[in-house]
Amino acid sequence: MRQSEEDREKLGAPPAHDSYLTDGTTVMSWLNTRDHKRVGVMFLAAVVFFLFLGGVFALAIRMKLLYPGPFLFDALTYNRLFTLHGVTMIFLFMIPAIPSAFGNFVLPLMIGARDVAFPRLNLASFYVYLAGAVLAIWAMVHGGADTGWTFYTPYSTTTPTMLFPLLLGVFVLGFSSIMTGINFIVTVHTLRAPGVGWMRLPLFVWSIYATSIIQVLATPVLGLTVLLVALERVLQFGIFDPARGGDPVLFQHFFWFYSHPAVYIMVLPGMAVISECVATFSRKNPFGYKAIAFSSLGIAFVGFFTWGHHLFVAGQSVFDNGVFGVLSMFVGIFTAVKVFNWVGTMYRGAISFKTPFAYICGFLFFLVFGGMTGVALATVALDVHWHDTYFVVAHFHFIMVGAVIMAFLAALHYWFPKMFGRTYHEGWGLVAASLIILGFNATFIPQFLLGNNGMPRRYYQYPEHFQALNVASTAGATLLGFGFVIIFIYLLIALRWGPRCEQNPWRSKGFEWLTESPPPTHNFDRIPHITQDPHDYRTHAPSGVYADV
Amino acid sequence: MSEAAALPPGEHPARGADPHLAHHFSSLERQVDASRLGMWLFLCTEVLLFAGLFTGYAVYRYSFPIAFAASARTSEIWAGTLNTVVLITSSLTVALAIHFVRTGRQRAAVVCLLITLAFALTFLGIKAIEYTAHFHEHQLPGRYYRFEGVRLPGASMYWALYFLMTGLHGLHVLIGMSVLGVIAWRTSRGYYTPHYYVGIELAGLYWHLVDLIWIFLFPLLYLI
Amino acid sequence: MDRLHYFVILTTFVMSTAVGLTAIFFFILYRRRSETQTTPHIEPAPLLEAAFVIIPLAFFLLWWVMGYRTAIGLATPPADAMDIYVQGKKWMWKFAYPGGPNSVNVLRVPSGRPVRLLMTSRDVIHSFYVPEFRVKQDVLPGRYSQVWFQAVEPGRFQILCAEYCGAGHSIMRGEVIVLKAEEYEDWVSAQHRGLATKQDGPPTALDFAPPLGNLVDQGRRLAQEQGCVKCHSVDGSQHIGPTWLDLYGRRERLSDGRIVNVDEGYITESMMDPFAKIVDGFKPVMPSFANKLAGPEVAAIVEYIKSLQSDAVRTGPSEGPAYAPVRGR
Repeated sequence: MRQSEEDREKLGAPPAHDSYLTDGTTVMSWLNTRDHKRVGVMFLAAVVFFLFLGGVFALAIRMKLLYPGPFLFDALTYNRLFTLHGVTMIFLFMIPAIPSAFGNFVLPLMIGARDVAFPRLNLASFYVYLAGAVLAIWAMVHGGADTGWTFYTPYSTTTPTMLFPLLLGVFVLGFSSIMTGINFIVTVHTLRAPGVGWMRLPLFVWSIYATSIIQVLATPVLGLTVLLVALERVLQFGIFDPARGGDPVLFQHFFWFYSHPAVYIMVLPGMAVISECVATFSRKNPFGYKAIAFSSLGIAFVGFFTWGHHLFVAGQSVFDNGVFGVLSMFVGIFTAVKVFNWVGTMYRGAISFKTPFAYICGFLFFLVFGGMTGVALATVALDVHWHDTYFVVAHFHFIMVGAVIMAFLAALHYWFPKMFGRTYHEGWGLVAASLIILGFNATFIPQFLLGNNGMPRRYYQYPEHFQALNVASTAGATLLGFGFVIIFIYLLIALRWGPRCEQNPWRSKGFEWLTESPPPTHNFDRIPHITQDPHDYRTHAPSGVYADV
Repeated sequence: MSEAAALPPGEHPARGADPHLAHHFSSLERQVDASRLGMWLFLCTEVLLFAGLFTGYAVYRYSFPIAFAASARTSEIWAGTLNTVVLITSSLTVALAIHFVRTGRQRAAVVCLLITLAFALTFLGIKAIEYTAHFHEHQLPGRYYRFEGVRLPGASMYWALYFLMTGLHGLHVLIGMSVLGVIAWRTSRGYYTPHYYVGIELAGLYWHLVDLIWIFLFPLLYLI
Repeated sequence: MDRLHYFVILTTFVMSTAVGLTAIFFFILYRRRSETQTTPHIEPAPLLEAAFVIIPLAFFLLWWVMGYRTAIGLATPPADAMDIYVQGKKWMWKFAYPGGPNSVNVLRVPSGRPVRLLMTSRDVIHSFYVPEFRVKQDVLPGRYSQVWFQAVEPGRFQILCAEYCGAGHSIMRGEVIVLKAEEYEDWVSAQHRGLATKQDGPPTALDFAPPLGNLVDQGRRLAQEQGCVKCHSVDGSQHIGPTWLDLYGRRERLSDGRIVNVDEGYITESMMDPFAKIVDGFKPVMPSFANKLAGPEVAAIVEYIKSLQSDAVRTGPSEGPAYAPVRGR
C-alpha cells in the first residue's frame, strides 16, 4: 500500500501525513492494533470470507434441488449443508457484517471521536469472533451438524453429529457480539464531539445504537440456551427432555427470545446504512429525522415481545398467538414509518443514480415486500398454512438477503472511498447491482410460490410437481452468484489500482466525511466542533469547524 | 475494563500527562464515566443470563410444585443460610475497601480485599460440602437421580436446575475472586489513588451482583 | 381463509410496487442538476407522520382481526368431531381409530364430517401438514396436540412433515384418503370383521411375493410398522441404511476397517446398539430399538431379513415398488 513520494505527486493527492492504512505496515501492526478502523477492516475481510463460504453452501443446496429425487449427495449431507449455510450466514456473516465491520469504521468518525470507548475490548471482540469461527469451522470439517441453525430439541439433543463444537462456537460468537454492543453504546454516550447532541446524531448512529441494545440484552439468553443444549447432550440433565419432565417447547421460547431480536440485530444496521445513503444520494436532509431515529428504538423495544410468532403451530394457546401476532405487527408499523420517510427524503432532493442508490432501490422493494409478507405471516390463520414452508424461507431471505445484503453492498460501495481512498468502476458497479437485484428476485419469488403451494422447508426430496419452480429458483441463485463474483473482482482491482479519490467524492454532508479519506490513525488532528445537523444541504459550508479541545 | 493505554509519543503534548488518561478521551471524568457505563451494561448481560435460568425454574416449578417443594426441603438449609451470611458480609468488606482507597488508606483496602477473598473461599468450601452430600445421596440431575427420600416426577428437574443455577453462580464467584485478586495486587502496588479508583469500584460492582444473584437463589432453592 | 390470503397478498403487492414506483418517480422528477446543487430543508408535518402510522396500522389490524377470527375457528374442533389418534415417529405416521383398525401412512376419513386428530410423537418434534386442508400442527413428544379439519369431497391428499426431523424428514409423507361417508362405514366394518388383514403403507416387492411362513410375515409387518423399511430397502437399492436384500450371510466392511459376518447376532446387535458397528459408507443415524421391541419381535424381523435373498424375491410375480421414492439419477 505504501506509495513512493513520486507516486503521490503524480496522483495529485499527497496526504499530509500517514493514513491509518500506511501507519505501520507490518502484519503485527494490524493484528495488534487498537485502531477501530483497522479492526473494522479486519472484520470486513472476515465477514466477506464467510459470505463466500455461506454462498457456496447455498449454491450446493440449490443445485441438489434441481431434481426432486436424490441427486449429487445424500440426505445427510444435504441436512448438514443447510445447517452450515444457516449458521455461517447468520452467526458468522450477518450479525457482525454491518455493525462490526462498517459500524466500527464509521461510527466513531460520525460522532467526531478518535476511537471507540474501549479499543482493547474492540480488538478482543475480533479475536473472540475468530475463536468462535474456528470452533464452528472445526465442527464443519469434522462432519458438521444436521439440526438446522435453530437447534430444535429433542432432535438436537439426540443427533449423533458434531453439534457440541458448533454450539460452543455460537456461544463464543455471542461474547463477541456483546463486546461490540457494549462498546458502541458507551462510545455514543461518552465520546460525542462538541456540538453533537442526541438530536444531531447521524441516523446511522441511532440505528447502530438500537442494535447494540438488542445485542447486549438478547445475546446472553442465547448463550444460556446453547449452553443448556450442550449440557443436555453431554450430561443428559433432562431440561428439555420430555421423558424426564422437560419441555422441548421451552427451548423454542428461549431460542426465539434471542433469535427473533437477532433478526433486528441484522436488519437495523441495514436500515442504518440506507438512512445515510438516501440522504447523501438525494442531497436532502432526512425527511422525518426524529421518526426514523425513534422508530429504530421502537423496533429494538417491540422486537423483544414478538418471539411467540415462531410458535403459532407449536402448541401455544390461541390467546398467546393473537397477542404475539398483534405485537409483531407493531414492528411492521415502525418499519413502514421508516420506509415512508426514506421515500420522503427523495422528495424535492437532487438524486444521483450511483451504484449505492441502485442498492437503495432494491432495498426498499425487498424490505417492503419482505416486511409485508412478514406481517401476513403474523396474521395467525395464514401462518398455519405457511409456517415452515418455503414461503417463510422466501420471506426471511427477502429481509435477510434482499434487504440486509443490499444494505451491506450499498455500505461497501458508499464507504469504499472512505476506507481505502480509492474509487471503483461505476459502470461495473451498476451492472453487478442489476444482476444481483434481478437474480435475487428470480431466486426467491419462485420460493414464495412453492411455499404457497405447500412445499415444506428443509426438504431433501420433494414431490415432483414442485420441480419447475425449484429449477427457476436455482437459475436465479446462479445469477446472484455471478453478481457477487463481479463485485468481488472489480473491488479487488479497485483496492490495488483504483484511481485515488478526493476527501469527499460523494459531496456528502455526513460527519464522517469531515476528515480525510482514508482517515489518519487518530481520525481528527483536531476534534471538530459540529455546527449543523447531519446532511444539511441548504449550504455548502462544512458541517463542522475545528477547535482545539 | 479501564482503558489506561499510555499517551502515544508525540501526540497531544498540550494535554496533561495523567498516565491513566487514554488518548481518545477528553478528560479523566469522561473516561471513568465510560468505564462505569460499560460495567453496568455488562451487569445487564449477566442479569439476562441468569434470567433464562430463573424462567426455567418458574416454568418447571409451575409444572411440578410438589416435587420442587419436597426436594427443596431436603436441601442443606444450614449451609445455604450460612453462605448467605458469608456473601453479604463479603459485600460489606468490598464496599469498605473502596471507601479506604477513596480516603487514601491503601493498606486497609488491601486487607479488606483479602478478607473478601477469604469469605469467597469459605463460600465455595461450604458449597463443596453441600455438593458432596448431594452426590452421596444421589440427589442429581436427570438420569443420575436416585434419591430415595423424594420419588416424585420432576424431582430430578429440581436438581438439574439446582446444579445449573448454583454451578453457574459458583463460576461467577470464581471469576469474581480472580478479578478481586488482581485488584488487590494492584492496590498493594499503589495503582489506585483517591483520584483514580474506578477499577476497584467496578470490581466491587461485579461482586455485589454475584452477591445479589445469590440472594435470589437462596430462597428459590432452599426456602420455598 | 383463502379469501383473506388473496386480500393480504394483493395489498402486499400494491404497497411494494407503490413504494418502488414512488422512488422511481421521485428520481425522474428530482434528478441531480449539478454537483453542487443545494436543496431545501423539509420537515414533514406531524399530521403526515401520523398518517404514516395510522394507514398501515389500520390495514394490519384489519388483517389481524380477520386472521385471528379464522385462527380461533381453526383451533376449536366442533363437539361432534370424530377422533383419530396419530403418532409421529422417525419417519412415518401411524393412525389409530378408536376401537378400530390401525394404519400406517394412510389416513382414511369420511367426507363431510369433522375429524379431530389427537397427535403425539415418539421421538422428536414432527409437524402434521396437509397443504390442501390448510392445517398444520406440531406433533410433540411427551404431550398431545390436536388439529381438526372437515374434508369437503372425496379425494386423495398428501400429508407432509413440516418440522425438520432428521435424514428422512423429506420422505416422511403419508396420504389422506377421503371416502364418501358410506364407503368409509363399509371400510370400517370390513376392518372390524377382520377381512382386510393387510396393513396400509407403501407396498414393497415383498407384498407380491409368495407367502414365506408365519414368522417372516410377522417380521415384514413389524419392519413396516417400526419404520425400518424407510431406510433399509428390501430390493437392493441403496438408501440411508444398508439394503436388507441378501444382507444375511454377507461379509460387511465396517467404517473402522474391520470385516463382520452378518449373522443373527450382528443383526440383533445393530438393532439394539446401532452405533456399535457401522457399515463403511453409511452414517450413524439409526435410532436404537432397545426396549422398543419384544424378544419375539426381534426374532421375527431377523427371520424376515434372512428371508430376503435375491432368489426369494425374484420369484415374485411383480417387480418394482409402486410407492418407492422417485429417483432423479
